[in-house]
Amino acid sequence: MSNKTLPTWIDVGVIPLINVCLAFLVSGFVILLIGESPLEAVQWMITGAFGYAEGIGYTLYYTTNFIFTGLAVAVAFHAGLFNIGGEGQAYIGGLGVGLMCMSLDSFMPWWALIPFAIAAGAAFGAAWAFIPAYLQAYRGSHVVITTIMFNFIASALMVYLLVNVLIEPGSMSPQSRVLADAAILPSMKDVFAVFGVNIANSPLNIALFLALICCVLVWLLLWHTRLGYSIRMIGFNEQAAVYSGINTRRTIVITMCISGALAAMVGINEVMGAQGRVLLDYVAGAGFTGIAVSLMGRNHPVGIIIASLLFGALYQGGAELSFEVPSITRDLVVVIQGLVILFCGALSLMIKPTIEKLFMKFFAAKERANV
Amino acid sequence: MLSQDNTSQGAARSPAIDLRKINKSFGPVKANKDVDLIVAKGSIHGIIGENGAGKSTLMSILYGFYEADSGEIWVNGKLTSIHSSKDAITTGIGMVHQHFMLIDTFTVLENVMLGAEQSSSLKQSKKSARAELQRLSTEFGLAVDPDAMTGDLAVGLQQRVEILKALYRGAEILILDEPTGVLTPQEVQQLFDILQALRERGVSVMLITHKLQEIIAITDEVTVMRGGTMVAPRETAKTNKEELAELMVGRKVLLRVDKEPAKPQQVLLEAKNLTLLDSAGIARLDDVSLQVRAGEILGIAGVSGNGQTELLDVLSGISAVQRGSVVLNGVNIDKNNVLNAKDFRHLSLGHVAEDRHKQGMVTQFSARECAIMGFQDEPEFNGRLLMDNAAVTEHCASLMQQFDVRPNNPHLKAANFSGGNQQKLCIAREIERQPKVLLVGQPTRGVDIGAIEFIHQQIVSLRDAGNAVLVVSVELEEVMSLCDRIVVMFEGRIVGEMAAVDADAQKLGLLMGNAGGGDSDNSTTGVVS
Repeated sequence: MSNKTLPTWIDVGVIPLINVCLAFLVSGFVILLIGESPLEAVQWMITGAFGYAEGIGYTLYYTTNFIFTGLAVAVAFHAGLFNIGGEGQAYIGGLGVGLMCMSLDSFMPWWALIPFAIAAGAAFGAAWAFIPAYLQAYRGSHVVITTIMFNFIASALMVYLLVNVLIEPGSMSPQSRVLADAAILPSMKDVFAVFGVNIANSPLNIALFLALICCVLVWLLLWHTRLGYSIRMIGFNEQAAVYSGINTRRTIVITMCISGALAAMVGINEVMGAQGRVLLDYVAGAGFTGIAVSLMGRNHPVGIIIASLLFGALYQGGAELSFEVPSITRDLVVVIQGLVILFCGALSLMIKPTIEKLFMKFFAAKERANV
Repeated sequence: MLSQDNTSQGAARSPAIDLRKINKSFGPVKANKDVDLIVAKGSIHGIIGENGAGKSTLMSILYGFYEADSGEIWVNGKLTSIHSSKDAITTGIGMVHQHFMLIDTFTVLENVMLGAEQSSSLKQSKKSARAELQRLSTEFGLAVDPDAMTGDLAVGLQQRVEILKALYRGAEILILDEPTGVLTPQEVQQLFDILQALRERGVSVMLITHKLQEIIAITDEVTVMRGGTMVAPRETAKTNKEELAELMVGRKVLLRVDKEPAKPQQVLLEAKNLTLLDSAGIARLDDVSLQVRAGEILGIAGVSGNGQTELLDVLSGISAVQRGSVVLNGVNIDKNNVLNAKDFRHLSLGHVAEDRHKQGMVTQFSARECAIMGFQDEPEFNGRLLMDNAAVTEHCASLMQQFDVRPNNPHLKAANFSGGNQQKLCIAREIERQPKVLLVGQPTRGVDIGAIEFIHQQIVSLRDAGNAVLVVSVELEEVMSLCDRIVVMFEGRIVGEMAAVDADAQKLGLLMGNAGGGDSDNSTTGVVS
C-alpha cells in the first residue's frame, strides 16, 4: 500500500538525527580503540566549534562554503542529475571571481565590485558545468562520469594557470597577487564593529549573507517558478515532462548551469573574502562535502543550512580536536567526518525500515487506545 | 515439503483456505476488516472488488508480504502462520502476479527452477528440473518448450511459465492476480481451460479480478469485497453480473454506456501513412492511416504492445513524426514541421495518457501541480517572475469540484488518491478546456466501476459537443460499448476496421491475434505438441 509513509517530522528530523548519533557512536569506538576518551574528544569538538567567538567564526565560515555547494548539488538533484562536479565548478568559479577582481580592484571598492565578481564567478562556474550538461542532454554521456572528470581537468588547469600565468612575479608559491584591501569583502568583525560590537577575528565575511540569499532564491526557483516546476518534474518523471511539452534537454542544461553558478559562489567567500587572492586548492573538498550536505538536508534550502552548520562544526571542531589531542591526528578527524558522511549520506535509508516499524507499532497502539 | 503434505491428509475434507477475522490497517486506513473467507478444495474461487477494496492486501497477507494485525489463517485444516513468501510456498500456496516475475533472457527451464534448484550443480539441477517440468506439463496439459527463451514467448505462454513455476514449488493453492489483463480473448479461453484442468486435479484456484464476465465464466464461488470487508459470498451459478456490480459498488450501476448514435462531421485529426522505427530499427508503427471526425469516438482495439502507445505518442507530439504526417485541425505536422506536446495542445488537442503513473501525472507532485501539467506556461498560472500558486490551487479546486475528485484537497500528494480519482483528475485537466480533439489512452485502467460510468459519460458528452475523440483501450467491452467506430492494431499495423454496432468479441479477438493474417501461428510459438 502506498500510504505506508512516515510523517515528515520523523523523515527529515528524527532519522537524520539518529544517523548523526550513530556516526558519533562508531567514531567513539574508533577513539576508544586508540586509547583516548571519546567523551573528552566530543567535548573538544564542541568547544572547538562553538565554545568561543573565533571558533564560531570559523564554523560559520566553513558553513558558508557548504551552503553554496550544497545548494548546487540540490538544484541538480531536483532535476534527477547527480552533480559531482561542485569541486571543479567552485574552483573555476573562483578563477572568474579572481580575474574580475584583479582587473577592477585598482579603482573599485568591494561594494561596487561585488556584482561584477558574482557575475564573473557564476559565468565561469556555469560554463564549467555546461559542457557535462550538454553532453548529458544531447549526447547521453552520464553527468556523474563527466563532472568527475571535469574536476580533474579543473584542478590541472588551475595548477597550470597559477604556476605559469597568474603567479605573482617574484613569488615562490603558486598563487595570484593579493587583491587591493578595499576590494576584499568586509569580515564579520568589521561589520560588527560598525554597530560598536567587538568580536574575534576570523575568516568569516559577509559572503554568509550571500549564502542565505541564495537559499531564498533557490527556494523561490524550485517551488515558485515555471523553471522550478519543470526541473522538479524532470527529476521525478522525465516522461511526464515530455508529455507536458517541456523541453527536457534545454532544462537539463539550464539546471546544471545554475548548479555550477551556485558552486562558484565559493569563490566569493574564498577569493574575494577569506583569502583575498586565488591560490592552489582553496576549495579544499567543499564541493564534495556539498553532496553529503545536500543529501542530509533532503535537498531543501532549510535542511541544507542545518546540515552545512553541522559539517562546518565538524570541520572546525575536528581541527581543534587534532590540535588539542595529539594522538588524534588530522587523518582520524577525516575518519570521523567520513563516518558522518557515510551514515547521513550513503546509509541514510538504512534505519528507515526499523523506524517505520517502530512508528507503526506505536501508532497502532495509540489507535487502539483511542478506540 | 512432501512430508508436510502427508500430515494434512487426515483433514482432507477441510477447506483449502480458511481465513478467520483477518484485520489489517495501514496507519489510519483499515485495508481489511474482520475478513472471513473459505475456499473449498479443488474449486475456482473468484474474489472481486473495486480498487482499494482490500483484495490485494488480503492476498498479500496470504502470500506473506504483509502480516495481519489479527486473525487466523487455516490452510488444509491447520492453523498456519505465514511470515514470508517462503513460508507461503512451503505451505503450498503459489502466486501468479499481474506483472510476471520472469527473467526474459533465461530459458523456460531456468526460470522455473530459479531459486528452487535441487542441487548445487547447475547441470544436475537442470536435469531433475527438466524431468519434473515434463511431468507437470503432461499432467496439467501445460505445454511449453523448456528450452525456449522466455522473452520470445507470447504473453499467454509466459503466464503458463508462471503457473508452472508455482506448481514446481509444490503449490496446491494457486492465487492469480488479474491474470487476463494482457491476454487476447483466445488466450483467455486457453487460460480458463488450464484452470479447469488444475481444478480437476485437486488444485484450488483463487482468481482476483475486476472483470465481471470472467467471474461468471469460470468460477464456482465468488466473494465480493468492498471497503475492506467481505460483502457477500455467492455461488456463481446463483448470481449474475448486475447483482455482483451492485454489491461491489453498493448501488445500482449502468454497465452499458448510454449514448445517442454518433453524428460524424468534418475530419479533425488525420494520420497519413505514419511509420515509426525504434532505436533498433524495428517498425513500431507501420504505415498507419486513420481519420477521426468531429462528433465521433474512434476506438483502437488491440493487445497491448502492438503500437497503440507509439501511435498516441506521435498523435500527441511526444514522439516526433518520422515518416508520414499528422493533420490536426488543418495544420500539417511532419518531419519538416516538428511540434512538441505543448504545441499540439495549442492546436486544441487534449491527451489523457495511457499510463498515468509513467506519463499523465507525477505521483510525487501535489494534485494542484498535476492539475496544470501541460498548461504550466499558460498566462493564467503565471505572474511576471513567479508562478501564481494561488491561481493554480484554485484551478485544481475547481476541477476537483466539477469532476467529483475525492478527497477534495488540492494540496494532497497525487499518489495518495485512488486510481479512479487520479484518472478523474487527469481527464478533468484535459476535458475542461473542451479540446477539439481528445486522445484517451486506457480511459478506465485501474479505475473502479463507479468512476468508469462517470468517465464514459464525460467522454460521450465531449463527443456530443461536436469534438473528435480517439480512445485506445485493451478492454474489449469498453471499446465496443464506448466507441462508434473501431480499428484494430496488430504489430504496428491497422488490420481491421468496423462500426461498433457490427463488432463482437469473437471478430475483434481474431483480428487482435491477427488470425486472419499471415503469421497466425504466432501465439503458438514454443509449444511442444
